[in-house]
Amino acid sequence: MPVTTIAGHEIHVDDEGFMTEYDEWSEDLGKELAAAIGVEMSDDTWGPIKFLRDDFKAEGGHTPTLRRVSTVGGFDTKKLFEMFPKKPAKKMAYIAGLPKPAGCV
Amino acid sequence: MTSTAEAIIPKFDDDESDGGRTLAIICSKGNLDMAYPGLILANAAIGEGVEVHLFFTFWGFDMIIKSRMNDLKFSPSGNTAMHMPVGDVRIPQALAPLPGMQPMATHMLKKQIADLGVPEVPDFLEHIVASGGHLHACRMSADMNHVTLDDLYDGVEDIINASDFIELTAGAQLLFI
Repeated sequence: MPVTTIAGHEIHVDDEGFMTEYDEWSEDLGKELAAAIGVEMSDDTWGPIKFLRDDFKAEGGHTPTLRRVSTVGGFDTKKLFEMFPKKPAKKMAYIAGLPKPAGCV
Repeated sequence: MTSTAEAIIPKFDDDESDGGRTLAIICSKGNLDMAYPGLILANAAIGEGVEVHLFFTFWGFDMIIKSRMNDLKFSPSGNTAMHMPVGDVRIPQALAPLPGMQPMATHMLKKQIADLGVPEVPDFLEHIVASGGHLHACRMSADMNHVTLDDLYDGVEDIINASDFIELTAGAQLLFI
């Protein structure tokens, strides 16, 4: 598994760059990951990211899909597309330090 | 020699490099099982940053007519891939048209879909529209069914003819379902 350094944080990632170790993540790092893909974190953007982290743990290691972030997390789909343009599910997973969602819907 | 390895960051390819990919999906079937492929692929494509247009025509119109969209059916009749709930045993085609088979098969399919957390057709359309997908209704089908935009699901943008749709989706990749 490759190791890469993001703003001084040494992290384990998969071949694409998604983090593979849940516990290597911190909010500081999340901010840097977001910046690396052009997303600026704010109170609004932290909401769904924290939901992803919590839900991943509660569901035994499954990254929630966009649909789940909207129905279970209660975040507005349209807004998610605005905050994390074009590919919200993958971008949120990346910032949250989780694998890409595996589910189709 | 100092070599700093470049950080591994996913390439989301969401700038201009995707060349503004567009996907057009023609939904022409009104059976419950055939409603889903178009919706699932549309949803996946939107989530990948692709511009998506769905065109509902012929039997696919049942997916967007308000009074029918909640009640799509699935029949094992004519479907040799219909199996018993467990194992690989196929339901004999002679039994498929019997009374009660269609409601049972519909109920089973709906349950299987719900168990996966996949929404019913109206909710799925709502999710697609909220995600930025575009829904279009076929003019000829609207005329055949004697319906207007008022009879159609609110997220449907317009009733357009085949030429309009072809023009609208110039350069798009196309799926006919």
